[in-house]
Amino acid sequence: MFLWFHKFGSPPHFYRIAGKWIPWLSGLFLVLVTAGLFGGLIAAPPDYQQGDSYRIMFVHVPSAWMSMLVYVAMAVCGIIIMVWRMKLAEIVLISSAPIGASFTFLALVTGSLWGKPMWGTYWVWDARLTSELILLFLYLGIIGLHNAIEDKRVAARAVAILAIVGAVNVPIIHFSVEWWNTLHQGPTVTKFDKPSIYWSMLLPLLLMALSFQVYYVLALFQQCRAELLRRERNSKWVEEL
Amino acid sequence: MNNRLSLSQAFVFLLRRDLLVALRNRAEYAMPILFFVLVITLFPLAIGPVPELLSRIAPGIVWVAALLAAMLSLDSIFRSDFDDGSLEQILLSPHPVAVLVLAKVCAHWLVTGLPLLIAAPLLGQMLGMPQQALPTLLLTILIATPVLSLIGAIGVALTVGLRKGGIILSLLVLPLYVPVLIFAASAVDNAAAGFDVSAQLTMLLAFLFLSLSLSPWATAAALRMSAS
Repeated sequence: MFLWFHKFGSPPHFYRIAGKWIPWLSGLFLVLVTAGLFGGLIAAPPDYQQGDSYRIMFVHVPSAWMSMLVYVAMAVCGIIIMVWRMKLAEIVLISSAPIGASFTFLALVTGSLWGKPMWGTYWVWDARLTSELILLFLYLGIIGLHNAIEDKRVAARAVAILAIVGAVNVPIIHFSVEWWNTLHQGPTVTKFDKPSIYWSMLLPLLLMALSFQVYYVLALFQQCRAELLRRERNSKWVEEL
Repeated sequence: MNNRLSLSQAFVFLLRRDLLVALRNRAEYAMPILFFVLVITLFPLAIGPVPELLSRIAPGIVWVAALLAAMLSLDSIFRSDFDDGSLEQILLSPHPVAVLVLAKVCAHWLVTGLPLLIAAPLLGQMLGMPQQALPTLLLTILIATPVLSLIGAIGVALTVGLRKGGIILSLLVLPLYVPVLIFAASAVDNAAAGFDVSAQLTMLLAFLFLSLSLSPWATAAALRMSAS
């Protein structure tokens, strides 16, 4: 187990393994996303209240889930960096940040596009929207801090601390935003009865979620390989490539 | 070594030193409070001198201004120590860095957070905040501004080595301030409307203890990173 861990952490090894995985992951992603989109956009029946516009949920919900999952992954990397100073974790952490920010942005955009026909406005200060927006700021802060520090190994440690601090804070922020929202009972357009979801909608949703996860790993591997080459450009194994 | 300081002595020593430095640089440390007053003055000018409107949004204005003033003053926690090298001495000392960091944050709060206690009721009055909200306003400032200093210290420690840390610092710190802002402003808001505020104050106290126990460690780790 530890040997595997150690081996996986070595940059050249990871570079090779990730390179082998990328075509397989791309294939898997294509299959899943096609099935999910077919199920979501064609096979699933229109909603009795929302008509067809609910279908954006098949992109929106998975990306919102991913925006949180990626942050958790970054915090785990942060702990690994602080404890073991593992080089690979540094690269995974910083490569995850733009991907996570993109998922968060996608969730926000699709959410407000859905909100226009449903709520009559692109943006409401709803609890989830607001905490998602703050999450986006946290991602941007991590990216900004990493860019600002020139020595990338130092930058990785700074970002690791920030990711851990953020991970402690994210539940607090989420909870307080929710509490704030129930207090400031604003326009009640956000209230609508959530029909319990039908399996013909649930299945494509889960497929889409799975495909987004595969896509994350895929994008992560590609980003990591590029980052690895950039950092280790002076080392022997890169020259041998 | 016989003349080694004990931990509590080192704590008090550092606290006293920082307060002394602040006393000698009075003008510099008066800036945040001036900024606080200025920001609040801008709101009536921008919104219009409508008393009902101003008294309605006074809690929010005061707290947003307090947040910005706290952020503006954060840089002074570690900046000068980083520049003249005393930060490295602190890191090299035999005592746990987290405790020494706590001393510095305490000093910073005494210098920048506490004066808000004097200015805030005055500005609350000027904005027409209801009388019964003033004790709550003071209480929230007393409880919540240390949280701002403690969380902010992490951000400063991360960015102190950078030449242009200011913008990044606000990007790092402001999202983390959101819970404090929500609960503090809502407490004052509720008090102005005559409701019970114990729930908000309890939450703010929880934030205070949480940040008091966790933030010094994160700050110490970040300082070690910045100084390396």
